Amino acid sequence: MKTKVLWLSAIACNGNTHSFLNYPYMEQFLNDFEFIYHPVIDTDYTLEEIVSSVIACDILLIEGSIAEDFQRADTSIVKIIQTYSKIVKKIVTVGTCATFGGIFRESDYKNVSGLHFNQELPTNTFREIKDKTVSISGCPIHPEVLVNTLYAIKKDIRLELDKYLRPKEYFAYTIHNGCTRNEYFEYKVDNHKFGELEGCMFYDHGCQAPYTQGSCNKILWNEINSKTRAGLPCMGCTEPGFPRENLFSTKKNMGIPENLPVGVGKRVYLTLAGITKAFTIERLEKKLLND
Amino acid sequence: MTDKKQLKREQIMQSALELFALKGFYSTSVPDIASSLKMSVGNLYNYFKSKDILAKEIIKYISAYLGKKIREVNEQNISTEEKTRKIIEVYFKTAMLKPEMIDYFLRIYLSTREVFNEGCEGMICVNEFVTEIMIYFEEGVKCGDLRDQDFFSAFGLFMGYLGGMVFLKGEKILPKELDEYVDDIAFNIYKALSK
Ligand code: SF4
Ligand code: SF4
Repeated sequence: MKTKVLWLSAIACNGNTHSFLNYPYMEQFLNDFEFIYHPVIDTDYTLEEIVSSVIACDILLIEGSIAEDFQRADTSIVKIIQTYSKIVKKIVTVGTCATFGGIFRESDYKNVSGLHFNQELPTNTFREIKDKTVSISGCPIHPEVLVNTLYAIKKDIRLELDKYLRPKEYFAYTIHNGCTRNEYFEYKVDNHKFGELEGCMFYDHGCQAPYTQGSCNKILWNEINSKTRAGLPCMGCTEPGFPRENLFSTKKNMGIPENLPVGVGKRVYLTLAGITKAFTIERLEKKLLND
Repeated sequence: MTDKKQLKREQIMQSALELFALKGFYSTSVPDIASSLKMSVGNLYNYFKSKDILAKEIIKYISAYLGKKIREVNEQNISTEEKTRKIIEVYFKTAMLKPEMIDYFLRIYLSTREVFNEGCEGMICVNEFVTEIMIYFEEGVKCGDLRDQDFFSAFGLFMGYLGGMVFLKGEKILPKELDEYVDDIAFNIYKALSK
């Protein structure tokens, strides 16, 4: 039997929908799941029907930031969530806005936040449904992370979650884990030019991967690449504080990065950095190809 | 390493430091150091395989000594201005109580680079000391007290100034004791580094 899913858009840009549509095995997915409503996919019900009655449903997906005064089909999004959250087996917040509030915290709606978190801080409105919720943060979500989580729910696999309700399977890693530039990180070689193969972007170019949790360098995007492998800094899009300012430069105090890799103390970091800085590894200073 | 062996190592380093300060680095030989401790040359080599290795271990020893003292200042819950003063006090106090340490740092480590080229690349052998200075700067900027700037321009101002004063003292040019300059120097350095 197909699992019934409701995709509800709150204050959103539809970026997660676009990302989801890049899932490479969509046909298989649609054999196993059925949207009772989705903002861009044809469904049996209209949003008005979803809101005016209660349609049978297994999983509620919420995309976008949440505010009491934001409405869909003339009904507050909060009310729609409350109605459907009672009947579903699980709720999944799709993306950083639905999880932490994201960029739409800056919008004109009042008290905008994620379902259970306003950035790092827990919120109260939906606390009774916290046990049912799984968070998939990301701006946008990684389609495979979302789909694999939906399959886990369908198959009643117990998901181990972190303190933000994100499956540890995908979020216990840092984005730094698996980046092809790790060698440059180890020896502190930045001198990167955007889009080039050489150099780590942690020291000057704003890469937040060492303190951002997710699987981008483990489960590649479009099965091909990741931001950091391609030469763009990780912008920390899975984190509660996303987005920060100045995404392309590293915030430093007297040359020392303000944010250090998760769990690495300042003394440890500076000691290691001092040692590697003392040496020049010629191979890492040169271009990899066409030198 | 046993405590006893560590203690002996420290005694050797201390005697070597004193001899280097007295006779100069090149004129001091391993037998000189051994005889000042009434130990055989062979036994001394059990602790340090060569004079160059001893030289490098001494700089690490001094760096660790100063690093530990500055770390104690960094870990206090006080303003950057007070930290500035306390770090200067630590440095001058060391220069007064253990002049041979600072002397070694300034006259031997900084000016006998050929000895330290291999094994003490960059700032490896003074890591513990430099790390604490970095933390003092970083935290000062982060809390809004110090102006953000290149690390070395700040480091040079701080250490160059202190080193210069100790050097003048060593040359017997300074009319007063080092600690009598702490107030003015702390004021000058903080004023130069703050926002
Ligand atoms: S570019 Fe970013 S992800 Fe890649 S090694 Fe450097 S810090 Fe890590
Ligand atoms: S690399 Fe960083 S910014 Fe890019 S998608 Fe992954 S977590 Fe988000």
